[in-house]
Amino acid sequence: MGWLQLSAEEWDAVYLSIKVATWAMLASLPLGVLTAFLLARRDFWGKSILNGVVHLPLILPPVVTGYLLLLTFGARGPVGSFLAENFGIVFSFRWTGAALACAIMGFPLMVRAIRLSIEAIDRKLEAAAGTLGASPLWVFLTITLPLALPGIVAGMILSFAKAMGEFGATITFVSNIPRETQTLPSAIYTFTQVPGGDAGALRLTLISIAISMAALVASELLARRIGRRMDLG
Amino acid sequence: MSLTVDVRHTLGAFQLEASFASSGRLTALFGPSGSGKTTLVNLIGGLIRPEHGRIAIGGRTLVDTDQRLFTPAHKRRIGYVFQDARLFPHLSVRQNLLYGRWFTPPAERTGDVGRIIEMLGLDHLLERKPSFLSGGEKQRVAIGRALLASPSLLLMDESLASLDDARKAEIMPYIERLRDETETPIVYVSHSIAEVSRLATDIVVLAGGRVTAAGPAGAIMQRLDLLPPEEQGQGGAILETRIFAYDSAFDMSTLRSAAGEIHVPGNVGAIGQTMRVRLRARDVMISTQKPEGLSALNILEGEIVEIGSRAGALVELRLACGGEAVVSRITRHSLHALQLVPGMKVFAVIKAVSFDPDSHGATRLRAPLDGHA
Repeated sequence: MGWLQLSAEEWDAVYLSIKVATWAMLASLPLGVLTAFLLARRDFWGKSILNGVVHLPLILPPVVTGYLLLLTFGARGPVGSFLAENFGIVFSFRWTGAALACAIMGFPLMVRAIRLSIEAIDRKLEAAAGTLGASPLWVFLTITLPLALPGIVAGMILSFAKAMGEFGATITFVSNIPRETQTLPSAIYTFTQVPGGDAGALRLTLISIAISMAALVASELLARRIGRRMDLG
Repeated sequence: MSLTVDVRHTLGAFQLEASFASSGRLTALFGPSGSGKTTLVNLIGGLIRPEHGRIAIGGRTLVDTDQRLFTPAHKRRIGYVFQDARLFPHLSVRQNLLYGRWFTPPAERTGDVGRIIEMLGLDHLLERKPSFLSGGEKQRVAIGRALLASPSLLLMDESLASLDDARKAEIMPYIERLRDETETPIVYVSHSIAEVSRLATDIVVLAGGRVTAAGPAGAIMQRLDLLPPEEQGQGGAILETRIFAYDSAFDMSTLRSAAGEIHVPGNVGAIGQTMRVRLRARDVMISTQKPEGLSALNILEGEIVEIGSRAGALVELRLACGGEAVVSRITRHSLHALQLVPGMKVFAVIKAVSFDPDSHGATRLRAPLDGHA
């Protein structure tokens, strides 16, 4: 079974993928909840535009999204140069850029899951909380958010899973640099491009499957636990 | 504490234009479905903003469109018990009960948690989740939750309508205790004349978005013309009685009122307890002589005070029986045959079996004349 032994570079790709996916998921969560709430509960000018922009990464070829990121967040892009000069935050060719690309690619999935769960909440419960003295913010924190928790968990898992598999936008935006931006899919891709890389590609593929399955099982368990707390406690 | 409402509001094709004031312990908003009752409580509770008008409780103005004043629901301190309970599914009964209390500054908290839990019989349910409660239990928790938010007014919107008769009978006594034992006045929405006549101290009758009558319960209930046509058969006098005796051999209770003794089937309560009895006008027969050889047990002596409108087949008579009013609905044919005129001495005859459980309850009626709209 010696061929299952991972090399140091391969481990780096595994660690990096998990790091990038975790950051992508956590960093996009607050904005994801806010966007989902606005889309589910508020009527405002430009709502359909916001909805369209949120869903764009789902429809566009990932290469296009990656290229757009390169144009705006790249070293010479307007947002990228501003952030680098003022806050020292650099995205281009760094793992942070990979996380940004993954977060954006996973954002529509996250928002969709959370939005659906917020829409499923009986608004009458929120009105009842209001009559009991809870201000709109408290209603959101004590009623809306806990009741939307299954959807929030589902959205987080979807975002994480998408990040684990993201390839096109990442490689276009931050390239494929070992230890910095070479995530699992990039590493697998690299193996397939060199002679004799089949074993390495297969090893990483198996790892990829294992992580995805673990994430799914974890989300299933968590969702069941939340469900039990809501109805059966 | 008085409630003043004077509002105008349009909802689609429906127009509500209601104005009333009440300082009763339990004011019933009574009317058929579609008469605007729920819209009216939603306006009072702050769930809808009226197009025009003013709403005040005690000295506190909650809404005044002229002054551009609108107090949002969460700042009104008005408890709302919804028809569908609306308990928070992710919180236990205890957490549901204490939810509103958490938003009330300690100095403004009224009502003792332990006492309210005890009064509503919730002790054994505290750790349960709402999905494990029966319909009646849910409503009791909803009532407790609203009360523990220290409201200055409690709104109950058809709170019993979704329950079967057994559950209703289970909750009625709690609402009676609420009315008699707590400081919080109640606005109670219902389309059931049985509930209203048992619970209300004051009644506001709504029809087609307008207030058609408002006043003390006793006065409204005996004016059948003020009630919606389909409910008139249910209307009638409300007698304040005291349980005097129970005869276990025949399973009959004797109640005493100013109008005379009334016999009702069953053991209705403890001796000495006060009890409110509704005499449906259609159950009251009139005899010009003291009837004999009659199966009906209840015969009240009185005098005809008023004869209602003589159009149509039916006529309402108002009798004075020992200071209490009794209403009878008879055919115009009988009115002629017996040659009934105001001032005449007659006997009101009521079969004991016409007292069904929802026509009486251990309740106290507000003194008929103290303050009304």
